[in-house]
Amino acid sequence: MSSIEVGGKSYETDEEGYLTDLSEWNAEVADYIAKTENIAMTDAHWEVVNFLREYFEEYQIAPAVRVLTKSIGKKLGAEKGNSEYLYGLFPYGPGKQACKIAGLPKPTGCV
Amino acid sequence: MSAIKKFMFVNRKAPYGTVYALESLEVVLITAAFDQDVSLVFMDDGVYQLKKGQQTKGIETKNFSPAYRALEDYDVEKLYVDSESMQARGLSEEDLLVSVTVLSRSQMGALMDEQDVVLSF
Amino acid sequence: MLHIVNKSPLTSNTLDSCLSTAAGGDLLLIEDAVYAATRGNAAESRLKAAMEKFRVYVLMPDLAARGMGERMSDGVTPVDYAGFVDLTVSNKSCQSWL
Repeated sequence: MSSIEVGGKSYETDEEGYLTDLSEWNAEVADYIAKTENIAMTDAHWEVVNFLREYFEEYQIAPAVRVLTKSIGKKLGAEKGNSEYLYGLFPYGPGKQACKIAGLPKPTGCV
Repeated sequence: MSAIKKFMFVNRKAPYGTVYALESLEVVLITAAFDQDVSLVFMDDGVYQLKKGQQTKGIETKNFSPAYRALEDYDVEKLYVDSESMQARGLSEEDLLVSVTVLSRSQMGALMDEQDVVLSF
Repeated sequence: MLHIVNKSPLTSNTLDSCLSTAAGGDLLLIEDAVYAATRGNAAESRLKAAMEKFRVYVLMPDLAARGMGERMSDGVTPVDYAGFVDLTVSNKSCQSWL
């Protein structure tokens, strides 16, 4: 087990940096994880992160990238539901990076 | 790209008592990422996996039943349940989390015959 | 004595073995055996018949986890984990039909 220190509090993560206990997640931790991924959070990033958290709340799974892309398209419009847009925000994969920032487990079926 | 194959997952175990149901669901979600033709069958105690209203707080286990409702997002839309199994458990379609196609045993057997790959859980 | 069953009545003969062997006493259904104590289950009649010899208990957290909390058969007593412990204490011996 590894851990990260944010604002004087310690958060447990797995070896890849995903939060172990997703109930511990907060915006400050999200910002910290984003920095370690070289991402400066903007409203556009938050929109995806919040979408992921809502998706997880509803279905108890982190969606695969293909599913995330399609679902975002349905909810936020086609100009956002495409790979170019999402990879533009999260260059190393919207599934992997955005889930990590959202405090979710790595997406099932993520290869 | 290789040709699309017909995959059938046969689910025959109740959730939580054993790990089969969860393992099956995870493999289904992974397989779905590869654009295959996926069918899910729920028979015998497997029909219990789809029962509405699961509340797992008391057994400190993850309630994975909401994920069955996400299968549609994964383009897994062929869900079949066995009619006899439902009847023996006092269940009807309204008791289930997702919409399904109800088949008789013989229809299920015929469907199984059509598959390229059958995975048993 | 206390008999504990944890297998589904429709995929295992465990409940039947228990009922045909045991003379009576307390019967506690846990894990997948809780389905035996749900309305409409094909094993319900066997359980009802057994109620003449047994006091039947069901572990409520297991029933609720399976979405069957609203369907508990009449004549069955729900227990929580503390109730489970009480049953093991109040009986002089216990057989788990694994």
